[in-house]
Amino acid sequence: MSGYAYYPGCSLLGTGKSYDESTRAVFEALGVPFQELEAWNCCGATAYSSIDECTAFALAARNLALAHRRGDPIVAPCPNCYLVLTKTQRYLQQYPDMRQRIEQTLERLGLQLGNEIPVRHPLQVLQETPGLEEIQKRIQKPLKGLRVVPYYGCLLARPFPIVEDPWNTTILEDFIEVTGAEVVPYAYRTRCCGGALTGVIREAGVRMVHILLREALRQGAQVIVTTCPLCQFNLEAFQQEALGNNGIQERIPVLYFTQLLGLALGLPPEKLGLHRHLIPFQPRHAILQEAVS
Amino acid sequence: MKGNGEVPRIGVYVCDCGTNIAGKVRVPEVVEYAKNLPGVVVAREYKYMCSDPGQDLIKRDIQEYGLNRIVVASCSPLLHEHTFRKATAEGGLNPYLVHHVNIREDVSWVHDDEEEATRKAKAIVHGAVLRVAWQKPLEPQSVPVRESALVVGGGIAGITAALTLAEAGKHVYLVEREPTIGGHMAKFDKTFPTLDCAACILTPKMTAVKDHPNITLLTYSEVEEVDGYVGNFKVKVRKKPRYVHEDRCVGCLECIEACVFKEPRFPNEFDLGLSKRKPVYIPFPQAVPPVVTIDPETCLYLRLGKCKKTCVEACGDRNAIDFDMQPETLELEVGTIILATGFKTFDPHRTPKYGYGKYPEVYTSLEIERLVNSSGPTGGEVVMRNGQKPKRVGIIHCVGSRDKNTNPWCSKVCCMYSLKLAHLIHERSGAEVYNFYIDMRTPGKGYEEFYNRLAKEGVHLIRGRVAEVTDAPLHPEEEGKLIIRVEDTNIGVVRRIPVDMVVLAVGLEPQPDAEDVRRLFNISCSNEGWFLERHPKLAPVETFTDGVFVAGACQGPKDIPETVAQAQAAAANALALMDKGSVLIEPNVAQVDEELCSGCHICIGLCPYGAISFNEEKKVAEVNEALCKGCGTCTAACPSGALSQNLFSDHEVFSEIMGVLL
Amino acid sequence: MEIQRTIKYEAELDRQFAYEIAQSPGAETLFECIQCGACSAACPVSIYMDLTPRRIIAMTREGFKHEVLSSLTIWLCSSCYACTVECPVGIKVTDVMYALKQRAIKEGYGPRKVLTRLLAESFFQTVKEDGRATERKVMMRLYRRAGLGAMLKMAPLGFKLWRTGRLSAFGTERIPNPGEVQALLECLEEQTGGEKS
Repeated sequence: MSGYAYYPGCSLLGTGKSYDESTRAVFEALGVPFQELEAWNCCGATAYSSIDECTAFALAARNLALAHRRGDPIVAPCPNCYLVLTKTQRYLQQYPDMRQRIEQTLERLGLQLGNEIPVRHPLQVLQETPGLEEIQKRIQKPLKGLRVVPYYGCLLARPFPIVEDPWNTTILEDFIEVTGAEVVPYAYRTRCCGGALTGVIREAGVRMVHILLREALRQGAQVIVTTCPLCQFNLEAFQQEALGNNGIQERIPVLYFTQLLGLALGLPPEKLGLHRHLIPFQPRHAILQEAVS
Repeated sequence: MKGNGEVPRIGVYVCDCGTNIAGKVRVPEVVEYAKNLPGVVVAREYKYMCSDPGQDLIKRDIQEYGLNRIVVASCSPLLHEHTFRKATAEGGLNPYLVHHVNIREDVSWVHDDEEEATRKAKAIVHGAVLRVAWQKPLEPQSVPVRESALVVGGGIAGITAALTLAEAGKHVYLVEREPTIGGHMAKFDKTFPTLDCAACILTPKMTAVKDHPNITLLTYSEVEEVDGYVGNFKVKVRKKPRYVHEDRCVGCLECIEACVFKEPRFPNEFDLGLSKRKPVYIPFPQAVPPVVTIDPETCLYLRLGKCKKTCVEACGDRNAIDFDMQPETLELEVGTIILATGFKTFDPHRTPKYGYGKYPEVYTSLEIERLVNSSGPTGGEVVMRNGQKPKRVGIIHCVGSRDKNTNPWCSKVCCMYSLKLAHLIHERSGAEVYNFYIDMRTPGKGYEEFYNRLAKEGVHLIRGRVAEVTDAPLHPEEEGKLIIRVEDTNIGVVRRIPVDMVVLAVGLEPQPDAEDVRRLFNISCSNEGWFLERHPKLAPVETFTDGVFVAGACQGPKDIPETVAQAQAAAANALALMDKGSVLIEPNVAQVDEELCSGCHICIGLCPYGAISFNEEKKVAEVNEALCKGCGTCTAACPSGALSQNLFSDHEVFSEIMGVLL
Repeated sequence: MEIQRTIKYEAELDRQFAYEIAQSPGAETLFECIQCGACSAACPVSIYMDLTPRRIIAMTREGFKHEVLSSLTIWLCSSCYACTVECPVGIKVTDVMYALKQRAIKEGYGPRKVLTRLLAESFFQTVKEDGRATERKVMMRLYRRAGLGAMLKMAPLGFKLWRTGRLSAFGTERIPNPGEVQALLECLEEQTGGEKS
């Protein structure tokens, strides 16, 4: 294995750029072997499933075939990509007619679908390589006293959960604790952020964001940590509308878990894309200041 | 044609079974085919062979044509083999000269192609005709049935069955795992739909069990081993040591008062952990037998060997406490067995979305039963763990039922008991009660009227399955409460309802050791794990093992009236066997040809029923025909071919195979 | 006051529609729905829907094709799968919503004020051309069709994103051989023999 086939997905090239930067930085620092999947194409996200499911699966299947050719498992930081690739694999196992059609189509491109290509999220990868114990040893600037809300979003919890019990999640909380920060109890860890709704049906999307932010503030959180570029975008970009328009003056920074981890590992903030945030991460604690600067 | 000496004169009867067989198999063609088979004297088609006129055909033909062998091709022998054997016997021929083959379940019900089905039916009939020529007349053996019964489980089902049998003059051993009988019913406060006090109707029966001269009550005991066969079961029962002599303890409870633990400290299992008990305890005041038990896991003396033993002192002259007590094994010989081992409730830790175990004020229905019970942990007051009385209570139906993710079945009693709990909670505390259901199932006698009564009392009946119980508020009225989010499907709107207390109407499941218990008694379980009845409509309390019956919730979820009815039915079945006094054993037993037996012992070790022994004098194997179940293992294993099996001799089997294949 | 008469005659219903939707992957147990409402209770946006997910299932299987495809519901669905994990009979409600979206787009449903359909089509086009979705490109396509008002509303945010380097103003993400993706999609069209939008 030459390393994980890194599948950034379209969001990580745009609004989710700091997720791409911080994930690569953390992988390098912790010695996770990875290399971008060459000539990967868009997974189709929710849009392609709205047009035709066979087309959607075919689009995603091309990436699976590319990974199969390389012989490496896929790591996808964006949970939607993770979902689409995993769902494609499962459904093509379950629906042989569709599988046949897609296999025939891929053959014309000189590609083969292959069988079980593992598709992982960085949380899972880091848990195995190098593992939480090893990461703990490498923490240089523990984020003591920082109150962090673990926000998974939907797609890591269902329908193909990366956690054993979506109602009693532990993996993101473990990572937060390993950085030395404090995990804030949060009832909405897997409640939907609205996804694309903030763009298409504004009122509904903003309300979803409002509910999440309000509860985080109610629990006294200083920062929300996410695992998904769309969640991060929604929670950050619409805070004026979601909070300000409801008379709440507070704002709360929204980071990627890889950024939090990167900071604690002592990586420089620019390398983690911290300068790209619309709501800057400025914790008041002295020790944390050092970590950020 | 080959046969065993006699010239075979065979009658072949092919059944239409209405359209069940005739719909797929061209029966007239099969009959024509059969007419030309060797030895066949007469071949007929009939619409329903199992009916009276159908059976008469056989009887008349035997007389008229001097038939000496019969072949019936119809449904499964499991259903009607005995019917056709009986008819043959009534026609004057030995009943074991019939061969009944299956062209329904094995042919017409599983094949689509008419051509193939007819061809297969013909092949099966051919096999049957060749085989039946080799069959010999046999006589079934009669074995006596002991007039005593074993009832396993001391809930309402077991108690009812035991009393019914005892009243009929039979001796009954009632074995119960817990220190007291009473089962789940003893935990309830009131029963639906009459709101009868459960204890008031149960305890007289419990006392009757204790006092009945024909009942031997073995509590705190479990069945370890079962041997034998219908009419003659040998059962080993292990009595766990109570460390208290049942015949000396008078139930004064002074030992509990005197125990070195000043305050009760250990979770009381009977109260489902809602209250505490000491190591020496009685499950509830009306327990039967009314004696205390000492728990070896928590008693200081039994665990560490060090204690002042104030309990012994308090007991005084009665001298009932005995720390040296050992487990006892009893060997019982009974004629019939009734299993009444009951159910367990669904563990809502498996549905974390309802917050059970996470939020302290989420309870199971069984826990609420204890709360509203006057001999329960709060003396019948509806008081939450935080000490307060709830102002609003939500009862969620179908927890662990009607769900592919947990249990797919409907647990039948939860709608009724949820309405009952709604009534009791409202009555005791004045709280506003909401019931969240998918469908309201109240089919029994007086049940619909009970539902009407509850509606009249002002219970909120909201049709909608609850997705989540949460404590994160979105509205000022939700602060500090548990919020239930549900779609009120009747009105057509999503609602968030803040409550103080949530009750989960947990469904019924088979006992966790049902699989082990069923193996002990050699019966089957259904796919879901309930004990399997012989026929869901016509034989709900019999099993496929003669002499073993089931009663109550162990066979499937049911309410008390149905449980009692099944218990009485099982007792009636057992009585029928015992009063008849004897049972005919199928003659398909193994036989030893002493000339061929070399005394190698292989068969003796292989027999699963211990039916073969070694005759020291003759130096050959000997089969106890009463124990032999005709499984064929010994016959197949015997290296010298000394063992053969009635009804399955080599000739019979091979000729049937030949007939089918050619 | 104007009153309205509402009654549904069997001739107005399309039972074939029900069977067709039930054929799509994930909808196999559509007819087993017990109408418990757990999907609607779990759905975080059901409060905005004209027809809650439960009603959509009920109406779909009875053949209320026009009502279902005209609803706001199918465009509000954010694919969070909360409904799918709740369903006690194993209906993958999210997949049913996708099937209905597909059907609605094919038959020309989709209110203009709701941008979901336009977004899906813009996304589809962009990926078909480039193999990847440059967010700016998708958005421009969307707002061109949605109207100037919508575009102006998003402008401030767009500017902030450009400043922080999260929105490439001019560059376009393209895979090295976009022809491959186009070939893939065209080949699939041939196979299924249908016109995809």
